[in-house]
Amino acid sequence: MAAYLMRRALMLAATLLVSSFVVFAGLSLAPGNPLATLSGGRSLPPESVAVLVQRYHLNEPFLVQYVTWLGNAVRGDLGVSIILRQDVSDLISSRSGTTIALILYAALIVLVGGVALGLLAALRPGIVDAIVVMSTALVVAVPPFVAAIVLIGVFAVRLRWLPALGNGTGLWEGMRHLTLPALALAAAATAAVARVTRTTVRQEMGREHVQTAISRGLPYPAVVRRHALRNAAVPISTLAGMTVASMIALAAVVERAFSLNGLGAYLVSAALSKDFAVVQGISLVLVTAFVLVNTLVDVGAALLDPRIKLGGRA
Amino acid sequence: MTAVAALLGRGRRSALGALGTTAAAVIVAAVVLAVLGPALSPADPDASDFANAYAPPGPAHPLGFDGQGRDLLARLLTGARTSLLGPLWVVALSMTAGTVIAIVAAWRGGWLDSVVSAALDVVFAFPGVLLAMLVAAVFGPGLSAAVLALSVAYVPYIARLLRSAALAERRKPYVQALEVQGAGSVAICLRHLVPNLMPLIAAQATLFFGYAMVDLAIVSYFGLGVRPPAADWGVMVAGGQSGVLQGYPAESLLAGGCIVVLVVAFNVLGERLSDDSGQSGTSGPSRWWRPGRGGTA
Repeated sequence: MAAYLMRRALMLAATLLVSSFVVFAGLSLAPGNPLATLSGGRSLPPESVAVLVQRYHLNEPFLVQYVTWLGNAVRGDLGVSIILRQDVSDLISSRSGTTIALILYAALIVLVGGVALGLLAALRPGIVDAIVVMSTALVVAVPPFVAAIVLIGVFAVRLRWLPALGNGTGLWEGMRHLTLPALALAAAATAAVARVTRTTVRQEMGREHVQTAISRGLPYPAVVRRHALRNAAVPISTLAGMTVASMIALAAVVERAFSLNGLGAYLVSAALSKDFAVVQGISLVLVTAFVLVNTLVDVGAALLDPRIKLGGRA
Repeated sequence: MTAVAALLGRGRRSALGALGTTAAAVIVAAVVLAVLGPALSPADPDASDFANAYAPPGPAHPLGFDGQGRDLLARLLTGARTSLLGPLWVVALSMTAGTVIAIVAAWRGGWLDSVVSAALDVVFAFPGVLLAMLVAAVFGPGLSAAVLALSVAYVPYIARLLRSAALAERRKPYVQALEVQGAGSVAICLRHLVPNLMPLIAAQATLFFGYAMVDLAIVSYFGLGVRPPAADWGVMVAGGQSGVLQGYPAESLLAGGCIVVLVVAFNVLGERLSDDSGQSGTSGPSRWWRPGRGGTA
């Protein structure tokens, strides 16, 4: 186990290093000189140019530039936005709350909704099962921006139940403003989790130990909970974890659709306005989060399920 | 696409089942509409007349108009081209690169394989959409930058899967027999290994076409892929959003609906094909692709 954790930690470090390199190398891959990229093609006064050259060590070799940038980034210094003239770290931290809340809200919907729907379908064969299977097959293919459009059209414009745009202030208003976005983000993942739950629970219910437990007269709900659902927990939590990881990138779509003031929407607008320091900073934060969640999911599955071979690679 | 063509060409639709056949038919219909698009189009997709903004459907304009008074059917038909060509490029690039990497790694084995596998594990980390945003920020918005970024992001997924399949294939007796007979490595790979992996490659290509379609639409939705006013389904979903708020959801819903229908079709067909390729099932030779050839059983 210790060897496995060591190996994963090494892989994690290597992955983070490579990702940070990709994020940084974009600067020198860009057509034209890095200065033009950093300034987004704007013409700057000589003093600002001198500041940029010094900040990014543009007069020094590429690897030195990268190491300096990474060193600064690790210490929380991600540079300065060329448009807002503010520290990128400040800009990021003021917006990350929205994104984190959105992803947690969506993850909650995915887990609760997905497992509940899957259990319902697994334990009620026939019409209920058929409805769940058909609807999840459709919803699983609905990308978040289409889900957002449908939810806005139905619940905000037609029914006027929930607000369509903006963040909202205070806990209650904030939650109300995040409900439709979280649903849009969670829709496809909920359907996927429901389908996996249905399949695995049904498999487990057919196993000998579960059948034995039922025939010995143990209470049905307890059998489902303690034997079927517990054994199904590994594939379900792995998939749920992977979808949460994918939400880190997809949150941008939903934030954009609902005009939320989050990290992803800011990344898009920074990319559109060529505010390169901001693009680098947010990309670095998002990739790091993505890699961390994925590693946690892998390690978690290994810890939950002693059958997973720790040494081998697939 | 290759899968569909091969399938219809061989006339073995029954292997797909009713659902798979329907999915294939939807895809073929979309391709035909995309190819014939401009010829079928009832109006110029870019001609805008603000007097017609959000005008309801009429006999000459079966789907009505968008917020700038452009014919929606014309824009959907024109948009079908970019919306299908983009994913096609992504799939072609990433499948080619992924297959080459997988086969070279599996064939050579040893340190090369270890290095490639480790590298794939590491590259795995970058979400495609995020890479596309980064590339768009560097090179400026555009479809080709997005296509390139997504292709790079997909390669590890494809190469990892194909590598293990190629490895299993390489250990089979017929490959060793060919080697004993003195056939060259490249010849064995090209004439025997690739054809025998083809069912799996086709299935993966079909599945990834669907993924690429969604991811490209997302990038275009951000304004970082296909640029407005060009007609593209992702651009249309974004462009129609102000209409949704005013109670005219037609543009966004139609474009989004096209994407969803095609993605479902590609998913269904891809899953049917990968069932056939024996990847998810136990094993067995392919049922529709060059049956009996190469002795995959």
